[in-house]
Amino acid sequence: MSQLPLRAQLASALGRTAATLSRATGRGDGSVIGGRVGLMLEPDLLRQLAADRRLALVSATNGKTTTTRLITSALRQLGEVATNAFGANMPAGHVSALSTAKDAPYAVLEVDEKYLPEVLDTTRAGVVCLMNLSRDQMDRAAEIWLLAQKWRRALAAQPTLVIANCDDPLVTWAATGSARVTWVSAGQRWREDSWCCPECGGPLDRKGVDWACRECAFRRPTPSWVLDGEDVIDPRGQRWRLDLQLPGQANRSNAAIALATVAAFGLEPGHALLGLREVTSVAGRYTTVERDGRSLRLLLAKNPAGWLEAFDVADPSLPIILSVNAQGPDGRDTSWLWDVDYRILRGRPVLVTGERRRDLALRLYVAGVPFQLCDSFGQAVAVLPPGRIDVIANYTAFQQIRTEFGRAE
Amino acid sequence: MTSHVRLVWIYPDLLSTYGDQGNVLILEQRARARGLSVETVHVRSSDPVPDQGDIYLIGGGEDRPQILGAERLRKDGGLNRAVAHGAALLAVCAGYQIMGSVFGGEEGQPVPGLGLLDISSGRGERRAVGELAAEVDPALGLPTLTGFENHMGVTRLGPGVRPLSRTIVGTGNGDGTEGCYAGKVIGTYLHGPALARNPALADLLLAWTVGPLAPIDDTWYQRLREERLAAVLPA
Repeated sequence: MSQLPLRAQLASALGRTAATLSRATGRGDGSVIGGRVGLMLEPDLLRQLAADRRLALVSATNGKTTTTRLITSALRQLGEVATNAFGANMPAGHVSALSTAKDAPYAVLEVDEKYLPEVLDTTRAGVVCLMNLSRDQMDRAAEIWLLAQKWRRALAAQPTLVIANCDDPLVTWAATGSARVTWVSAGQRWREDSWCCPECGGPLDRKGVDWACRECAFRRPTPSWVLDGEDVIDPRGQRWRLDLQLPGQANRSNAAIALATVAAFGLEPGHALLGLREVTSVAGRYTTVERDGRSLRLLLAKNPAGWLEAFDVADPSLPIILSVNAQGPDGRDTSWLWDVDYRILRGRPVLVTGERRRDLALRLYVAGVPFQLCDSFGQAVAVLPPGRIDVIANYTAFQQIRTEFGRAE
Repeated sequence: MTSHVRLVWIYPDLLSTYGDQGNVLILEQRARARGLSVETVHVRSSDPVPDQGDIYLIGGGEDRPQILGAERLRKDGGLNRAVAHGAALLAVCAGYQIMGSVFGGEEGQPVPGLGLLDISSGRGERRAVGELAAEVDPALGLPTLTGFENHMGVTRLGPGVRPLSRTIVGTGNGDGTEGCYAGKVIGTYLHGPALARNPALADLLLAWTVGPLAPIDDTWYQRLREERLAAVLPA
């Protein structure tokens, strides 16, 4: 790494001090406040900290944190990696991550979807990976066709290598027009936001993972990496068994993107997989916590696509606790509950809690899913007999549960 | 009157971004709870709109899908025929604007609507996002409207419609009223699953189709209504 200008060094050091103070006083992990202080003193700090590193940006509606973690875990075999592991995915978090590991030759940053154009423009990242785009927190997030358009403009303006999931039509459309794209067939479970062609608005005909517009020439490109069940097939046709510790189809999808990404850094799948398989839990997700003889597995689901992924991981033979809030980070609007098909839960004991449990209760009632309403998470746990329990919660509900259990990984 | 209800959900592929499916599911549930049989058709935007339905539903969407939806519905003509035959219609958010004579496109350009409601819509200065509560026109005999709005629209009501309600909290049409109705056509800015918190509105649509309805168990609907109204209304 080349030496940072004096002002940037100072800004970066003061930011780290602020972060340390924030942690010491129990206010949080410090990654946001530290970056804010740094950016206040040197607005150009993110560009300067990103320069001369091999940087990958990771964005999507779902799977950003996990994919960032998978890529980081693999790249560590090549050298030190700076990363925003705590999910602080806006510029302040990026500054904080980069100044904490200021000599790391590699960096992998999770980027909030709305901030991707700005962060790409600032950092000139060499690699950008894009997994999926679907409805999410509509009361505060940009609408997704508009978002895809902003991605498309930003990507077309840079020589960046884009690693994109070509099974998602909106992601494909955003990446089309980039100078260099590696297409990955990583699957798409949630399809409700991609029945129409992003290019002309015509109907998309879909068959398996393949799709094509009925009215214009826009169609799924041929992938060079393919996720096929438990395996990933690389561009030479070699098949690699994933054997991840993380569960579910969504994580195999994230892993396929991660393998294609680290290959761009010169890391072969055989080596990369060793890193991917070390990841067991990401920011508390998929982790199991114990209380009074009950083993609770915590699954995070922030939007309809995320709920489908969580249902894929949940065990149909186990009771399940669902917890829903509608604070700022969750989106204050609970309309999305009606986009999730809860009927898959019929036949399991279902307990409903969280600040917006009445919204969820009505949703389940209309879906014909029997449930029990509980005033608190603790009450829901106590109602169930000792044994294994699945828990699905949205963002702040999930954080509340983690706090109750001491944020253990 | 009939014991069979035909629901038509218009363009879920274009105009369903905010849980709009909820209105379909709630009408189905409330009809079946009364022993009515229900047949639901999801009409994709590449398919013709059947004109023999009883209750039509159309939801919200982004600018581009809204413009595409309006163009296809105008060309198709099925929804206009159905309303002319006396079908009921609940139009939500972007779908509400489409029912007027004109609405604002991506750049604010005027886009022609279907002319089923005497309204015209344009773009406001700022986005209206948040809880909404409103007193319904007493002529309809419905309890306080509650829901969530998320739009930039401003809608002017012409003499051919009546305001659905007067806002207590929230923006609605932008002039102190929220939504409107004429005949059996209802439009509202309460987006997505508007009927979840307003089961009486669902029953109004059903009663227009099948006549007087027997009461049903409303516990979960009422618990949600009470919580939301208590959260937004001044004590």
